[in-house]
Amino acid sequence: MSGFFSETFLAALLFGAVTAAIPLLLAGLGEQMSEKAGVLNIGIEGMMITGAYLGFVGAYYSGSFWLGFLSGAAGGVAVAALMALLCVRIGLNQIVIGIALTLGFEGLTALLHHFQFSKSYPRLGAVQVTPIPLLESIPIIGPALFRQHLIVYLSIAMVGLMVWIYRRTQLGLNLQAAGDKPAALDVAGIDVIRTRTIAVLFTGGMAGLGGAFLANVGAGLFIPFITNGAGFLGIVLAMLARGRPVWVLAGALIFGVCLSMTTAAQVAGVNIPTDVIQMLPFLAVMAMLVLFGRRASLPAALGIPYERGVR
Amino acid sequence: MATTVKHPQGSPAIVKLEGVTKRFPGIVANDRVDLEIHPGEVHVLLGENGAGKSTLIGMLSGLQQPDGGRILIDGAEVAIRSPSHALSLGIGTVFQHNMLVPTLTVAQNLALGGRWWESPKISELADRVAQIAQPLGIDINLDARVSELSLGEQQQVEIVRALLRDSRLLILDEATSMLTPKGIAELGALMRRLVERGLAIVFITHKLGEAADFGDRVSVLKLGRKVGEISPERLRSLDRTALVDEIVAMMFGREAGDDAVSIPPRAANDDALLEVRDLHVSPTGDAPGLDAISFTIGHGEILGIAGIDGNGQKQLAEALAGQRAAERGSVVLAGQTLDGLDVGGRRQKGLRYLTDDRLGEGTVGSFPVSINYFLKQVGEPPLWRSGVEQRGEIGKRAEELNRQYDVRTPSIATPIGRLSGGNIQKVLIARELAEGARAVIFNKPTYGLDLANTLATRQRIRDIASQGLAVLLISTDLEELLSMCHRIAVISQGRLVGTVPNGEGAAERVGRLMIGLAA
Repeated sequence: MSGFFSETFLAALLFGAVTAAIPLLLAGLGEQMSEKAGVLNIGIEGMMITGAYLGFVGAYYSGSFWLGFLSGAAGGVAVAALMALLCVRIGLNQIVIGIALTLGFEGLTALLHHFQFSKSYPRLGAVQVTPIPLLESIPIIGPALFRQHLIVYLSIAMVGLMVWIYRRTQLGLNLQAAGDKPAALDVAGIDVIRTRTIAVLFTGGMAGLGGAFLANVGAGLFIPFITNGAGFLGIVLAMLARGRPVWVLAGALIFGVCLSMTTAAQVAGVNIPTDVIQMLPFLAVMAMLVLFGRRASLPAALGIPYERGVR
Repeated sequence: MATTVKHPQGSPAIVKLEGVTKRFPGIVANDRVDLEIHPGEVHVLLGENGAGKSTLIGMLSGLQQPDGGRILIDGAEVAIRSPSHALSLGIGTVFQHNMLVPTLTVAQNLALGGRWWESPKISELADRVAQIAQPLGIDINLDARVSELSLGEQQQVEIVRALLRDSRLLILDEATSMLTPKGIAELGALMRRLVERGLAIVFITHKLGEAADFGDRVSVLKLGRKVGEISPERLRSLDRTALVDEIVAMMFGREAGDDAVSIPPRAANDDALLEVRDLHVSPTGDAPGLDAISFTIGHGEILGIAGIDGNGQKQLAEALAGQRAAERGSVVLAGQTLDGLDVGGRRQKGLRYLTDDRLGEGTVGSFPVSINYFLKQVGEPPLWRSGVEQRGEIGKRAEELNRQYDVRTPSIATPIGRLSGGNIQKVLIARELAEGARAVIFNKPTYGLDLANTLATRQRIRDIASQGLAVLLISTDLEELLSMCHRIAVISQGRLVGTVPNGEGAAERVGRLMIGLAA
């Protein structure tokens, strides 16, 4: 057990936690916008897996992580466009469509991967990190937090951007109105459908980016079903965060630590069955739901398609 | 009768409706409505629930599209496509149910609708709000969360919002329904100040007194049709009592196109067929109770129940039918007591009830016409044997009923929800009159029907009485009651406040009872 507290172990644990937290953060921030606007985006897992696959393919063929992230985000947006068409514009049931998109794209990406790479799982090269001068030399925290790929810093900066959007911009107001009282937004002269579509597409982009990060940075390769519920964790985060981006970050880090523990504990040779350790993140979900879930207040019109003039 | 305006005073109409019609599945909400809205006037739209006021407003504010007729703005025909289009045309609406986001502050609500890439300019907004609100005597706290404001304050916020958008026409839909008397007086004063500044206001209400107090021009809607208008000149020439009288005459008086009065003859037989004694029902959350209701109906007699909607009519019908528990009192039909019997038992004894909620309660919209005919006999032979539906037998009988009651349906397999209100009503009548009917309760039987079906239904009710059945006819349409009832009782807050024999002067006497004056 002594290995648990060594400096290298803690640094590795924290580094792993951040790496594991970023996809959750991106998914959570994305889902948060959909939920704010009144769309329960269950399809986010499908957007994420598509992002992971296309992100990997993009990076693999181009050799550029950035092109990988771009293609991953684009893949997420494409799935989200389908969701927006079916659930926002046509007004179909968000839960049913969300589940269908998730299952459908999990299967589709697995199939495509199989045709393309058969049973081989090619890997990407090492991740290029951008160390931050001075900060990187802090013991434990330095190597964990400040020797990361640039996209990590950008993802965390997204939290600030989201806070600004929700608090300071017209778009933020419109999004909240679309979720709390869409009819009020409509009579104020703003197109509810368009507002919700923007939110869903944003969710897709963020989820796709998160998926690409998961595959390219987290794992360095694509495996079918690699997201393994990360999108659903994003939904949990968004619900618990009650509309606050900072809370999504905090929640993502907690989950990140738990996910990282599963690896770290195994590496450290802790004598607990791996199955138990792998349950940790999900125990954390339940614990967080018990602690905070009851007070979670969701937008009044969440999950209800908007149709003008229907009382 | 209606005074049509030939020479609108002052400025020409900013909004003009010509023959506007709007249909919903089963009902005609607006039937060829004409309306002129002039700047500097409070135009009161008066009518009871279901008269079609809100639908009319929905079309003016871009929430709904008319099925027929034209809307002219500044003389040019316009299709109002969306709420934002309505706003850009200068039409601002304060809806009956407020349209503010409760989780946002007043300022944020007022800022809603700006371009999405811009930041809301709250300080600029504060200046404009002050400019608009102060002269009107409105005090608004921009930083308060909307959910913390009273309903009156929320309404003021909405009015200010409409003015912020440079509205030329302000529509207030049932604006006084949630206000205190003081709030209503303040709103009246505010409307006066607004029209003095050249704004046009459409003020929708079902309260007669408000129409008389606030209106410059009054239009009366009844069952989707406009039945009269009082022009500003005419309105000014009347004192309040005369004005109220004139409005009462319009709301409850004769209407062009109504059928002639025809009271079915009945043999001089004073034996009571249906006798209700001292019926009490306790009030529930939003519904009034019934208080000591007693009446009798003879063979072949039609007793009308008049009253403003929501005064216990539905409770009365449901208590008689056994759908609502009575606290005490007794119901006797043809010498047999119905007390303690449930819906099925009462039906068995011959008491039938035609609900006003034809689609929600009377039928199962997704079921075929054929099954809806026999909804109250499900499981009984010969239509069902050992729990199995006898399709052939049901079909045969349904076809027969279709012919007998002239139900127009593509087939007996068509889901009944796709039929028009008139045809659904015919199915219900056919069902309720089947085998052994002795007394029939009609609740608003012609509500939402077009004229032809209205007349047909009324004739059907007369025929039922002619066959010697007792009929209880509940209606908010006094003209309907006058056209066929032998006697008319008036219900107000769950009590029968008087019974008037139909005949000379009955209309005025019932009308006065309805608005709380002695007959």
